[in-house]
Amino acid sequence: MDAIQKNLLEQITDLHAVTQGAYNIRANGASVERNTTANIDIVTKQDKQGIDIIIKPGTKKESVHIPVLLSQSGLTEMVYNDFHIGEDCDVLIVAGCGIHNGGDKLSKHDGVHTFYIGRNSRVRYVEKHYGTGEGTGERIMNPQTVIHLEENSYMEMETVQIRGVDSTERVTKADLADGATLVIKEKLMTHGKQYAKTSFEVDLNGENSGTNVISRAVAKDSSKQLFFAKINGNNKCSGHSECDAIIMDDAKISAIPEITANHLDAALIHEAAIGKIAGDQIIKLMTLGLTEEEAESQIINGFLK
Amino acid sequence: MLKLQNVSFGVEGEHARKEILRDINLEIEDKKFIVITGPNGGGKSTLARVIAGIERPTGGKIYLDDTDITDMSVTERAKLGISFAFQQPVRFKGITVKDLIVLASGNPKLSTVGACEYLSEVGLCARDYINREVDASLSGGELKRIEIATVIARDTKLSVFDEPEAGIDLWSFNNLIRVFEKMHTEKERSILIISHQERILNIADEIVVIADGRVEKKGSKEEILPKLLEAAGGCRFYRESQEEEK
Repeated sequence: MDAIQKNLLEQITDLHAVTQGAYNIRANGASVERNTTANIDIVTKQDKQGIDIIIKPGTKKESVHIPVLLSQSGLTEMVYNDFHIGEDCDVLIVAGCGIHNGGDKLSKHDGVHTFYIGRNSRVRYVEKHYGTGEGTGERIMNPQTVIHLEENSYMEMETVQIRGVDSTERVTKADLADGATLVIKEKLMTHGKQYAKTSFEVDLNGENSGTNVISRAVAKDSSKQLFFAKINGNNKCSGHSECDAIIMDDAKISAIPEITANHLDAALIHEAAIGKIAGDQIIKLMTLGLTEEEAESQIINGFLK
Repeated sequence: MLKLQNVSFGVEGEHARKEILRDINLEIEDKKFIVITGPNGGGKSTLARVIAGIERPTGGKIYLDDTDITDMSVTERAKLGISFAFQQPVRFKGITVKDLIVLASGNPKLSTVGACEYLSEVGLCARDYINREVDASLSGGELKRIEIATVIARDTKLSVFDEPEAGIDLWSFNNLIRVFEKMHTEKERSILIISHQERILNIADEIVVIADGRVEKKGSKEEILPKLLEAAGGCRFYRESQEEEK
């Protein structure tokens, strides 16, 4: 890995180098580093780009890192990664994509991550997207996440895109069996002329299944954001979605929550709020000695923390 | 010393201009404890906001230690040594109690133990609060105490409190009095409090009565307080509620 790739890696994994657990680092369209463990296997797909991550039943306190780095301008790719997580596991999965585009050609990473989560397993999935580079070429990422949660399994998904991605269309779909729980926390900031569309669709099929979809977003400059959250309650279940957005400058934000109850005992709530930073918040921080700009950035940092 | 010279503040109403402060002249000497009181709608809160720089006066001058601060921003005044506690403290999503206290102290390396000390001052068990967000999950009284803790953490020459007692329970109120006395006597800071509470008026060096945007009376506590109580004594409801409080 060169210095640019190392920086991308650090931005999306908070690590200088991945040295622990299972990992697969993909750089400019090829797998460059890989490690497997006794419980976690990583296998290259034969029919298309991508890998299968196979986690043995009963695997606990282990992690998998699968960062994708693009530093070659003009590279576009479509990758399929499938996660097969056995029963009774407790694992951390860190994915994410960093694009450095130093040229004038479009760089694009599209990925489909499919999770098959076995009974009683717990998965924490962290996904960060980051773009950088002085080139005029666009940096585009379109991640798709498909989640199948079996009985009494639990998944927490944390997805973050704070900087540098010109255009993104993020799709997350999930179906939940009896007693399964899905928590999604999205943090998104767009600036310049960026465009971001995120859509979540959760099918609560199982009895006592539940989901909580929380999105916090900031749109600056003349960027545009579109947020969809659709929850279908098909059994006795509970679902909640919340989109909280700060609008600044000439940005535009749309939030479209949708809840559908197909069962008498489905309890579903949606909340959506868009507004600018409250003047009182800025004034309070100014009375502590911060300038208006410092106050604004503190408020945004806190909001997206 | 803070000096207000012929300070006025008016707003354009629907039909006519409304003068909220009219020609206020006031001097707050160093190390003094001043309480501003007076009827609702008399201009007290506006005066506090004008001092903090949140509102700009439409006439007159404000000086802090002979520096003209009339046209200075809230930030510049804060840096010169003016602190302000809001009557209705602001809530923030994602900013924790510790974040706010660190910002107030101006010391990015302030330890958790250091931040906890300020919270203990206002009677909050720091362990329960330090990592909580300053958001809607806090009650009005908790928020108010955190607001006061930020002013203690700033430790500036002049602290302005806008009705600090509002929304605070009796136990905290006793604590609050102790906080003000400590700031005043031990730290020798100037304190300006907007308040209606007799017990706060009682610990003041000087009392200023603002009514209808004007300074109606000012003088030492010994001089002003008996007159205020006498006037209020004429109201049966006030007398009864004071007796109940005792």
